[in-house]
Amino acid sequence: MRVGLVCPYSWEHPGGVQAHVRDLAEMLIALGHEPSVLTPGDDDANLPAYVVPAGRAVPVRYNGSVARLNFGLISATRVRRWLRDGAFDVLHVHEPAAPGLSMLALWAADGPAVATFHSSITRSRAMAAAYPILQPIIEKVSARIAVSEAARRTLVEHLGGDAILIPNGVAVSRFASAEPLPGWPDPAGTLGFLGRFDESRKGFAVLRDALAPILTAHPGTRILVAGPGDAEEALDGVPPAVRDQITMLGMVSDVDKARMLRSVDVYVAPNTGGESFGIILTEAMAAGTPVLASDIDAFARVLDDGKAGALFPNGDSAALAAEAIALLHDNDRRDRLAEAAREAVRQYDWETVAADIVAVYETVAGQRLNAANGDAQGARGSSSAAARSVTEVGAVRDSRWRRFGLPSLGDRRP
Amino acid sequence: MTVGDASIWISVAILLAAVYLWLTANRLDRLHARVEGSRSALDAQLVRRSSVALELATSQLLDPATSLLLAEAAHEARDAPEDERELAESSLSRALRAALEEPGQLDEIDATTGGPELIKDLAAASRRVVMARRFHNDAVTATRAVRRKRVVRWFGLSGRAPLPTSFEMDDEPPKSLGAAL
Repeated sequence: MRVGLVCPYSWEHPGGVQAHVRDLAEMLIALGHEPSVLTPGDDDANLPAYVVPAGRAVPVRYNGSVARLNFGLISATRVRRWLRDGAFDVLHVHEPAAPGLSMLALWAADGPAVATFHSSITRSRAMAAAYPILQPIIEKVSARIAVSEAARRTLVEHLGGDAILIPNGVAVSRFASAEPLPGWPDPAGTLGFLGRFDESRKGFAVLRDALAPILTAHPGTRILVAGPGDAEEALDGVPPAVRDQITMLGMVSDVDKARMLRSVDVYVAPNTGGESFGIILTEAMAAGTPVLASDIDAFARVLDDGKAGALFPNGDSAALAAEAIALLHDNDRRDRLAEAAREAVRQYDWETVAADIVAVYETVAGQRLNAANGDAQGARGSSSAAARSVTEVGAVRDSRWRRFGLPSLGDRRP
Repeated sequence: MTVGDASIWISVAILLAAVYLWLTANRLDRLHARVEGSRSALDAQLVRRSSVALELATSQLLDPATSLLLAEAAHEARDAPEDERELAESSLSRALRAALEEPGQLDEIDATTGGPELIKDLAAASRRVVMARRFHNDAVTATRAVRRKRVVRWFGLSGRAPLPTSFEMDDEPPKSLGAAL
């Protein structure tokens, strides 16, 4: 199947949506489909063969972080050309409510379209104002997917209608088999944090304020921090004794991210909000590392309300410290949590997730394909239905003419 | 303001109104097409599910009583007239749950030749019914929202296309199938 994927966020800047689109495209290739990804980026950028750049993206603030997005006439022209050249069986846009390529692609598209909603956004005045513009564009989507319950709720509240739930995928085996970084985890105990530590909703400050009590109760504990940001600013005011225990890795590659997750005894996710799913939690779970996370909705759901990982009240550094100390002292509990997490993460394995997404493609584009090549799976007993659907689609095409009192093409057939 | 100025403004207003009407008519046309498409996709998935259910019922993998129950439900779902379709498909969902949620039943089928394939087919078909129905009802909601607009009613923009209705049924798949997907 030819699938046109649209990622509205710039490929070179790591992020949840980008990673999702990349993994999905690679899974689709492995399953024998032909995906093409349209994404912001320069023509001379070093991109995989299946990626088509749509021009330079402009950094703008959107939904609480800085995102790089494409808009304007040149982008719209490129989108049209990509759609025409691609001749896709199905168009799959991501985050179509964000101002960018996905929106432009839907605007120009007229075939079957699937949309995945990733983020949870609190209702804003801007969204309410944009509603009349957004609605006719979103209406073109035949199948809506939400990656989490929070994303689905956002969709229901902002745009009406419903979506089916297909969670974010995680390449479980890649994380489970990663080699820990040399010298880690430290026998004295290691905590891990990953994310932009200068962005307040990632909650690094909550962890930072918990470090002093943790080190008092469990001396020698080391903290492994990975992610982009200004280290000096983030550690401002931290006493030198605590600072010595912190190792900053800076921005890490995907391979090192998996190794980093395998290098810690407890992975800490102190995010204070704005998370819709928590892909990083599933990655830590896949790596077999026990997770300690804030009890925001998305995290509580992924961690099965505390059965597959420990939770602490959102924003509460003292509670984080108490839980971290308890976990560092209790090897058995860590093992139990890791085991439960490995079991729980299976539903997020890319193999499962990609199969479900392909089922969506087949549901929206299926009739046409089944009729064309007698697809083995769909053909079982449904050939009459497929034949019926073809005539029905023909009838709809003609409804435009009937509205103006003209005989439809179908009526003229013998 | 001269008469000429006024007539220019009036023509501009009429032109804008015409463009708006044309865009709305197009939008509605697209929505009607989407509803018809999603409905036929749902039909196809329902037929597929009843076929697999029938295949399972006649495979001799189940005990005779369960087989009969399931075959009956599958037949009824296929032959139901349009106004009883939702009820008949719901009964099939219940029959499938009754047949497959019995502890140990699935393991027994899995152990036979051809069993695992049938179960996999059934899991896929059940999942697709849930999807197709969600997509269809979504299209119906969007279409009805636009058809409620005053401009659509006053200018008869929906033509003679019937008001679409959602498809309400119990589509809960057997819990034991979750792992087979």
